[in-house]
Amino acid sequence: MSSISPMGFECQHLCKAYQTRNAVVPALEDMTFSVGEREFVCIVGPSGCGKTTLLKLIARLLKPTSGRIIFGTRPADGRPRSALVFQEHGLFPWMTVLDNVAFGLEMRGVGREERHDRARAFIEKVGLAYFAHSYPHELSVGMRQRVGIARAFVADAPILLMDEPFGSLDAQTRLVLQEELLRLWKDHQKLVVYVTHDIEEAVLLGDRVLVMTGHPGHIREEIPIPLPRPRDLSARERPEVTEIKWHIWKMLEEAVRKSLWIPG
Amino acid sequence: MAHLEDARRGSAQEPVDTRLRKGLRLAWPRLERWLSAAFVIVALAVWEWQVRTGGLSALFFPVPSAIARTLVRLLTNGELAVNVGATLSRLFLGFALGGLPGLILGLAMGSSRRLRILVDPFIAAAHPVPKIAVLPLIMIIFGIGESSKVVVVAVAAFFPILSNTMAGVRQISPIHFEVAQNYGASLLKVFTRVIAPGSLPLVLTGTRLALNVGLLVTIAVEMVAAQEGLGEMIWFAWETLRTEELYASLIVIAALGISFNFLLQRLTAYLVPWQEEPEA
Repeated sequence: MSSISPMGFECQHLCKAYQTRNAVVPALEDMTFSVGEREFVCIVGPSGCGKTTLLKLIARLLKPTSGRIIFGTRPADGRPRSALVFQEHGLFPWMTVLDNVAFGLEMRGVGREERHDRARAFIEKVGLAYFAHSYPHELSVGMRQRVGIARAFVADAPILLMDEPFGSLDAQTRLVLQEELLRLWKDHQKLVVYVTHDIEEAVLLGDRVLVMTGHPGHIREEIPIPLPRPRDLSARERPEVTEIKWHIWKMLEEAVRKSLWIPG
Repeated sequence: MAHLEDARRGSAQEPVDTRLRKGLRLAWPRLERWLSAAFVIVALAVWEWQVRTGGLSALFFPVPSAIARTLVRLLTNGELAVNVGATLSRLFLGFALGGLPGLILGLAMGSSRRLRILVDPFIAAAHPVPKIAVLPLIMIIFGIGESSKVVVVAVAAFFPILSNTMAGVRQISPIHFEVAQNYGASLLKVFTRVIAPGSLPLVLTGTRLALNVGLLVTIAVEMVAAQEGLGEMIWFAWETLRTEELYASLIVIAALGISFNFLLQRLTAYLVPWQEEPEA
């Protein structure tokens, strides 16, 4: 068995199948990979390839059909092992921004005053201090996603799982939030598994990109991204980025065409 | 009209007629209110005038001024207070007696698929029965005293609260349960932070419906078997052909119904501040 870094994890021959009324549909097949401490791994693949299922398995919201996920040491003082940032609608509409962000701490039994102080500090960090007492429906989609990210960071889990967090945002907002995420990640040094269908986003954010294709979902290739850190989005102009993007696209193109019934 | 049609097709976020109405509301908010008040006054005046000139029968439609005088008399001699008190105490007792089990069972059925499968056929069969129809059966069981009246109201209040609470729990997005699970929420926390607030809007809807149907059933029960109460008052007025009293009681009942709805609307706005204001 390979060595797992204390706060990392390893998936071994992970399989997940869903039982429908008259068939067993395989969603993930034989996924084996490991992610080290403080690594930023992006998983890119067409929609329906099982990316979300994989994240839910890592978050232990689902049980694997076979195979297993081995985690490093359990974090101390009741911190959760992982925090998941959902696509959208992940915030509780009945809680203010402050209570949403403090939710992870509340579940750990942190007292009201302390958790609100810590949540408030982070809300300021993502620039939403003015909205601490607003409800999610009063915020724009981009602001809501920042609240969701703040909630995950405040919970202080070593593993951060992100399920297309910026997928529903317009291109400009997304650029700004990507840089903000990189800044937060640099400051807090968490392991991030970032799921996206945006190839460029995966290349610009990740230390490593896992390319997935579906039916059933599996890893086609692991690509290390040799860009230096700290990174900003100006890296998108570099020739090696263009090269890697093209390489990934060639891999996915066939799968996408097939799913659309367009002959290659 | 052509440009209006164009604008209607072109606007994605808000239909043109709402925007027009909003504009009107901004321009003449007072005028609108005066218009509706003026309409009521004119209607009452026409009514009074028609009865006085013999266009309408005073037996069926006593003049508004006579109804108002009767209302004042009933208010001052205490008769109304006694009857409203009797009706309200039956209503609230029955509401509490039926609403609480409805709430608890609704929460349980909303959360547990098995319990739902077990109990649902029962509920589906019992729900559509007009609750006043079980009064005789309940009188056989509970006697002809006060308790059987309260029990019928309780039965009537039980169902709307049950079904709305259950629907309220079931419409909570699975994502919210996943978030709670992801952050390690205990069962108690899942209840207090997800299930209770998530179902609250529909629980309040159920409460409003239960009060409305409860009032209806209370009045009906009082018509059949009671010494006092608004239902009895109406029935007695009919038996003695005192039409003004009949109208006066109807006004009081309407006022009760309107105030329940108004109070619950305010309560909902207070308890559910996260919901977008519905268009007035």
